[in-house]
Parts: sequence; C-alpha cells; structure tokens
Amino acid sequence: MKKLEETISLSFGNGGEKTSKLIEQIILPAIGNDALNLLGDGAILNTAGAIAFSTDSFVIYPLVFPGGDIGKLSVCGTVNDLLMCGSIPKFLSLSFIIEEGYSFKELKKIMASINNAAAEAGVKIVTGDTKVVDKGHGHGLYINTAGIGERIQGVELGKNRISVGDKVIVSGNVGNHGISILCARENFIDSTIESDCAVLNEVVLAILKYGTEVKLLRDPTRGGVATTLNEFTEGMDYSIELIENDIPIDLTVKTACDLLGLDPLYSANEGKVLAVVSESIAASLIEDLEKLKLGKDAAIIGEVVSYVEGKVILKTNLGGKRILDKLNNDILPRIC
Amino acid sequence: MKLEDKELLDNIKLLNQYKGIVNIMEVCGTHTVAISKSGLRQALPTNINLIAGPGCPVCVTPDIYLDYVYELALKDDIIIVTYGDMIRVPGSQPEHTLEKAKSRGAEVKIVYSSIDALQIAKQNPNKKVVFLGIGFETTAPATAIAIIEAEKLNIDNFYIISMHKIVEPVMRALLEDEELSIDGFICPGHVAVIIGEKGFKFLEKYNSIGVIAGFEPGNIAKALVEIIHSKETSDYVLKNVYSKLVRKERNLIAKGIINKVFKIENDIWRGLGLIENSGLKLREEYDRFNIESIFPVNYGSNEKNKACQCGDVLKGKIRPNQCKLFGETCTPDYPIGPCMVSGEGSCAAYYRYNF
Amino acid sequence: MCLGIPLYVVEINGKEAYGELNGVRRKIRVDLIKDLKIGDYVMVHAGFAIEIMKEEQAKDTLKIFEELEELV
Repeated sequence: MKKLEETISLSFGNGGEKTSKLIEQIILPAIGNDALNLLGDGAILNTAGAIAFSTDSFVIYPLVFPGGDIGKLSVCGTVNDLLMCGSIPKFLSLSFIIEEGYSFKELKKIMASINNAAAEAGVKIVTGDTKVVDKGHGHGLYINTAGIGERIQGVELGKNRISVGDKVIVSGNVGNHGISILCARENFIDSTIESDCAVLNEVVLAILKYGTEVKLLRDPTRGGVATTLNEFTEGMDYSIELIENDIPIDLTVKTACDLLGLDPLYSANEGKVLAVVSESIAASLIEDLEKLKLGKDAAIIGEVVSYVEGKVILKTNLGGKRILDKLNNDILPRIC
Repeated sequence: MKLEDKELLDNIKLLNQYKGIVNIMEVCGTHTVAISKSGLRQALPTNINLIAGPGCPVCVTPDIYLDYVYELALKDDIIIVTYGDMIRVPGSQPEHTLEKAKSRGAEVKIVYSSIDALQIAKQNPNKKVVFLGIGFETTAPATAIAIIEAEKLNIDNFYIISMHKIVEPVMRALLEDEELSIDGFICPGHVAVIIGEKGFKFLEKYNSIGVIAGFEPGNIAKALVEIIHSKETSDYVLKNVYSKLVRKERNLIAKGIINKVFKIENDIWRGLGLIENSGLKLREEYDRFNIESIFPVNYGSNEKNKACQCGDVLKGKIRPNQCKLFGETCTPDYPIGPCMVSGEGSCAAYYRYNF
Repeated sequence: MCLGIPLYVVEINGKEAYGELNGVRRKIRVDLIKDLKIGDYVMVHAGFAIEIMKEEQAKDTLKIFEELEELV
C-alpha cells in the first residue's frame, strides 16, 4: 500500500481512490466494525422496540482542548442527548467535513478519541461520510453525528410531567466546559481548566432506576444551567427556584469567572445532567450518584415552585431573589 | 456563621429598622451589579432608594464614538481590540455594534488586558491594531502603560482611541443639578485605590455624604449604614469602609503614568451631554498612537432615539422602570440605549435582577 | 469599571509577575506597585495589580473563597 501524504487535499473528498484510501487507512482501522466495514450507502440495523433519534453538529475551536477534542465531543454530545431522551445509545453515524490541509496525524488522533468515547458509551458507528472543503473553510474539521437509542421501559420524560414540589438535581460541578474552551482559545489565563466532556451512561442509568419518579433530563450544554432550566419552565405554569449556595461549582472555575467577570451558570457543560425528580426520591438519588465517578459532586440545587410562572429564580446567599434569564449574549471578559 | 456574614446580616437588620427616606447613589456600575446580583437590593426596605449613577463607562460612551468604532472595524486593514463590555453596545443605530461589524467580516478581538492587545499588534504587523480605551481612573493606567510599552518596543501598528473619563467632574455635575436630591454616594472602591480618599474629599465642600466601599455585599451594606448614620448626625466628613485597600493618598505611580500619557479635556457623556474637563485624551507626544489622528472622529450631531431616557436614568432622575421604553420596547435582547445594553447598565441590572 | 480579585504573587520579573489563586494562574503587570514581594497579595483589575493587600485583609477575602469551597 502506498504511503499516504501528510495532509488532506481536496481529492480525498472526491469519492474516488483517495477517498477509499482515507477510509481504509485512517477511518476503518480506528472505528471499524461489522456494520461499518460493509461500507454500504447506509446500515441495516435491528433494534428492540421504540427508538430515540438525535443529531448534533460540532464546530468547536480549538479542535483539541484540555479534557478532550472535537472527536470525543462529537460522540459524547449525541450519546448524551440520546440518554437524556431516556434511551440506551446503540448506533451512531459520523460525518466529517475536513478543511484542505488538515494533517493526517491530527485526524488519526481524533479518530482514536472517537473510538475511545464510542467504546465507553457502548455505541457502534455504523455509517458515515467524508467531505473535503477548500482551504479557508471548515476551521480544520467539522463533525456531525446522529444517533439511535433504544427507549428504556418504565420511563416517561417530559415538561408536562413536572409538578410543584419536585426537586432539581445536577450531577456535578457546573460551568467547566465553557470556561475551559474560552480560556484555551483566547489565552485569558495561564493555567488550564479542563472540560468535563464525558459520556453519561452510568449517571443517567442510575437516575432512571427511579422510573417514573424522574420527570425530565437534560444536559446543560450551550448557555449553561441557567439557559437549560429556562427551557424547562418556558411556557409552563410553574417556575424553578435555585438556591445559590447549593449549586456546586469548582473553586478554580469560580475564581477564573471572578477574575474575568464571567458567570458559571451560563457556561456550557458537556458531562453533566440536570434532572427534575419527585421530592420523595431526591435524597436517595444523590446518595446513589455520589458513589459514581461522574456523580461525586451531585447536589439538589432547587425545586419547582408555583408563586410565579415560567421563570427561573435564584435565591441568593442573602435570601434575596433574582431572575435568571436565558443567555442572550456570549460570556466575555469584562472590566466592570 | 462567618464573622463577615453575621456583620452583614446585622447591618441589613439595622437598615430595615431605619424609617426615614434616603436617596443613595451608587456611582459605579460594578456596585450596581454587586447590589443586584447579591440580592442586597431586595433585602433593603423601600424607603432606602438606591439610585444607579453614571459610573458605567460603557453606558456613558457617546454614540459618535460607537458609530466611529463600528465604521473603523469595517476597514480591511484594521483589527479592533476591546474589553468584552463593548461588544454589543449600539451607536446611533441598533446595527452599529462591534458584534454586527464582526458578522460583516470585521476583525474584532476581545482581551482581558491592554497588554494582550499589544501582543495582537505584534502578531499582525500588516494591520492597524486599535485598542478601545474605556473605563475610569482604575483602567486608564492600563491603557497608558500599553502605549508606553508600544513606544519602548517600537510597535508602530498599535493605536488607541481614548474614551477614558474621570469621576469627579460627573459627580460635581450631579451635585450642581438642582433637580436632583442625593443624600449620599457610595464611592467606587477601586477608583479610590488609584485616586485615594483625597480624590473624593471634594464631596465635603458640597455637604454631600460619601462613603468609599468595596464590592462584597458586606462592605456595601456597611457603607449604607455609614451613609444613613452620617445623614442622621449631619456628618459630612468622607468615610472609607474599604480601608484594607484604599489609602488616604493617591497611587503616585498611577498618577504619574496617567499624566505622562493623557491630558484632561472636555468630554461628551452619553445621556448627559458635555462635561468640562472630564475626559482623558492622548497628549500630542503620543499622537502616533492615536487612531483619531489618522481617522478623525466626526463630532457633528447625529440622530438618536428621542424617546430614550438613558440620560435621566444615568442622573438618577428616574428609575429604570419609570422610562416609557423600559421592558416593552427596550429589553436586553433589543436594547435602545446604553443603560440596557451594558450588563452593568442600571436598566439591564434592573431588568435581569429585579423581581 | 472596578471588577477585580486578589491574586497571590508567585513570580516577579521586573514589571511582569505571575499571580495565582485557587489554581488560576495569570500573568499580570505590576507597574503600579511599589516594593512588591513574592508572597504578597495584590488586587488585580484588567490584568494590572492596583494595590497590595495587607496580609490579614487578604486572608479575610480569601476566607470567602475557601468557605465557598466548603459549601460546595
């Protein structure tokens, strides 16, 4: 086999010999399996019962960051979305848009990350696509993943299941991913903060053991905890009241936010779950989560209230209350 | 319970026992946010009126500069470098923001420090890198030092536009306005680090109460108690509850650096108009770093929304929710004036945090 | 106009220094400070140290950060 060049040129995306080389020498060795190896136009799959289906695109920059890379993120993102729907993730599709000039060495590392994350999540990548675009487009690499999960029995998730008195739980420290990426991209600080990027199978399955006592799950990605909780309350006749003191935030993250004038409640998370659950099981659930690697900082952070509609309220350490809106502008360092 | 917490709660209890009406202005935008974010505003009785003042540098930057910076950003050979506060502030049109300019292809970079702007200039020798100098006395030295460094290192593509302002003239303008009745000021703690207690002594000549405070709710509550006590005892001597950082004397190094690079000139404040000797502009010796010497600012009049009442809000004449546009036409998503667009603007703070 | 936090000075090179707090490390300028020593705490605004904090007071401010950690 002729040795591949060092960087990807446009011809690797034209569907011909070079595309085959890319697939055979980079993609299949990293993530190949019985379905993908067939290299069909699509994959024929067997699933048990109802399925959940989700997709996400990943345009993150820098491509490699403390705690992960775009490959790992592309698997975690869709796997976690499937979990939030109350399903067991089974299959993923994987599409690349690669900028001309991107290095094969870097692509191999991304493939390895994808493989590791997929293995950890127990998913098979069964179909995919590769395109190459002109230099100046694509910021190195864009990825899209779509996924299928098998619905878990005995679980019913939805905003309309939420009742006044339900508790709001987060599985761990908030704000790490957004701050990590911002600092990695812009060098605002000289130390590194790691992204929390991770697949959440273990955590979500521990939560879903409580069956119909679990009302809603979501991972607080773009816009952070504050924005995601606003999605829970928007248009509904209840609100969510959070207790500021109870929200777990890593001290390093909090300090970086204080230095730069950022708010961790609006910073993205890629390895956390927000859950609304019946009050009766909340404490027991926290105990279960604390035993897990990704749940050791789990906490009850608030509850569903009826004194106002459709809002997210934060009760401050002083006992005052303020509204937490959805994110409406990017978090950026300030002087004021 | 921590000692500080107990003191804070005791002070809040004291403040709630006070039955008189008192109007207190927090001059500094950072105080406005701290008071709102901590929930201190809600913890106080309604007879204590906290009024947000014009110490929000973003809020008081006039339209002409924002329109100018927007146009500058769209030029091919210019990179605009700024603190994050400025990115969404509209000029005379809602479209004239740096964020919109960026979406139209302008190069706009956010930095935490003015020295990082110098780095960007070094990395982009074929572009003119223009740093937006905003802020009061706390931040002016940062801009001045960046210029001094640029001169030392012969960086010839680094420019600034100085929109720096100083606090004393605007506070005097408020005190001389007969329509206003402000019983006392919470003076900005970090400006006081630079200008010293002496920098706020002028308040005594107006028989106006002033207390220099830091930014933790405990320190702010302590300042409020001091203001009310001073009012009750007619004690107009300036107080300082942030003495862990603020000295009697100004920071002489900072003073030297500011004087070396800047001169004081009349300046326009958005919503307030012209205030004499209130702005810091580059001295002639530093003209080659002044982007205005290449692209002059058009100081002519411009269109503005006549219904916008930011001026009255900034002076403390009306509360944000008394502005006709507040909450309906003018919201954080669709801001008309600077008080709503800046996160520290009184209207934005009111909208976000008041409940 | 006044956002700032205290940092602990770990390294000084003329007008530049490194400050740290709770795992956050940032290069800062110390042009405005006289007689700075490693181990001092400084209030940092927009990447510039604006004043040295006396040790007892710095510890007071830091207590607020530490107790936050206990709370979370």
